[in-house]
Amino acid sequence: MNQELKEEEVLKVQNLFKAYKTGFIPRRYPVLKGIGFSVFKGEIFGYLGPNGAGKTTTLKCILGLIFPDSGEIRLFGQPHLSLKAKEKIGYLPENPYFYEYLTAREFLNFYARLFPSGRVSDQNKIDALLNLVGLKKAADLQLRKFSRGMLQRVGLAQALINNPELVFLDEPLGGLDPIGRKELRDIIVNLKKEGKTVFMCSHILQDIEMICDRVAIIVAGRIVAQGSLPELISEKILFTEITLSRINQAELEGLGEFVSIRGDRALIKVFDENKIDEILNLVKEKKGKIHSLVPRTETLEDIFVDMVKQG
Amino acid sequence: MKIRAITLNTFKEAIRDRILYLLFFFAAAAIIFSRLLALLTVGDRVKIIKDVGLASLSLFGALMAILIGTGLVYKEIDKKTIYTVISKPIHRWQFLLGKFLGLMLTLVVMIGLMSLIFLAVVFAHTFKLEPRLLIAILFIFIELMLITAVAILFSCFSTPILSSIFSLAFYFIGHTSWGLETLIRKLRPGPGRWLAQFLYTFLPDLENFNFRTEIVHGLAIQPRFYFYSALYGLFYTAFILVLANMIFRKRDFI
Repeated sequence: MNQELKEEEVLKVQNLFKAYKTGFIPRRYPVLKGIGFSVFKGEIFGYLGPNGAGKTTTLKCILGLIFPDSGEIRLFGQPHLSLKAKEKIGYLPENPYFYEYLTAREFLNFYARLFPSGRVSDQNKIDALLNLVGLKKAADLQLRKFSRGMLQRVGLAQALINNPELVFLDEPLGGLDPIGRKELRDIIVNLKKEGKTVFMCSHILQDIEMICDRVAIIVAGRIVAQGSLPELISEKILFTEITLSRINQAELEGLGEFVSIRGDRALIKVFDENKIDEILNLVKEKKGKIHSLVPRTETLEDIFVDMVKQG
Repeated sequence: MKIRAITLNTFKEAIRDRILYLLFFFAAAAIIFSRLLALLTVGDRVKIIKDVGLASLSLFGALMAILIGTGLVYKEIDKKTIYTVISKPIHRWQFLLGKFLGLMLTLVVMIGLMSLIFLAVVFAHTFKLEPRLLIAILFIFIELMLITAVAILFSCFSTPILSSIFSLAFYFIGHTSWGLETLIRKLRPGPGRWLAQFLYTFLPDLENFNFRTEIVHGLAIQPRFYFYSALYGLFYTAFILVLANMIFRKRDFI
């Protein structure tokens, strides 16, 4: 099993250390303190962490934009700086900045020419990419006239220009409106369906929870948790939220915790499962009304907040 | 292919820089008004037109190389456009060489246009074509090649303002370092002479590319001087580019 997994590893990061030097008399500020994780073929891997935790630094080390002090990074089993490995990856940076004097088509043509001719996309592929990200009509518009959302889309197109096997996305859903987010999420899921691997840094936990197969949480330069979502999130019910009405509040005392009361309608949190039956019997007996009963299991957000507090 | 893509993209970027057109305007004005200057001066008017014209090409060309060259790499890092380029299968030296060649291409176009104006002004006075002027222009271009490499070297680790100051210092030192040769001859053997010798060996001598006086005054130049000067320019440029690459290849893009 292990051997099988190892064969499918597309990215392996081991014991990565990086410190920045700042100030007139340089002082070292450690940012990464022994990071290690693996990403497997065909999965969507979420990389989570609060601001300044070291997410973008990790990504920059992997992409060869900065050099780690120590540690090892392998892409497709090769050293991460090898051109052969880089031919198979795509990258969309956070808040992408591009050559604003180019049109979207010129921009994609420029990036296509940075790949060996075998991987270079032809004009039809560029049109298809512009279509995929919904920019076909803006193909001949200069990037300086693009909105932030449009820049994000053209950025994604350049990340896919070489039909990569592994795509790195740094906060890909930031700055997009709800429709744009949904469309981009669909594109990411489709990349997975095409057999590509996606490495995604994001703050938007709901999106990560919705589309990622596995996640790693980084806090203050250390990985504090990693694994598949079912491994990290317990299925155990934490509490049940019940919205009910026409029941005297005094009778509910001791059965649960009041969250809100509006008119004769109350929302209560019940932590003890046995008390749920008591409340239901009470409502039946007093001819009250249950509007909703929602069991709340642990979410990625709960795990994330816990980890950040502990970290 | 990759270097070509970077070169053409740099050219597209540089050619849109407004400062280029401002300098071009001043250079063209200086060349055209050299006619006026010639009218006010005693002596051979054509020589003055040629001298002022070639000096304008050299000075404004150098300013173009410095003011655009010093921002080329810095802007890519500052605007973070370098992130997506360096993450592609490209060596850092290819990126740097592409930037250098892109600016050289821009200078070919600008110097070409300025030369056309200059040659037209000279032709309007003499009614004959003077191919020797092209040799002077060629060596101005070789000098600009070296200055561009120096501007890019400073751009790899410094802000455009500081890089411009360093590059201008290089330009002025380069045009005055020949004075050290005279100094060496006049000094007695000792630490002072060794220092002057050391400085003369390592400081650039941009006067090696200056054939203006000989060409304007119709003096003979031995072909070997052309050869040595061209070789000096090429090797010095290559050395500076290697130095720039040594800095750039280890640089973190934070």
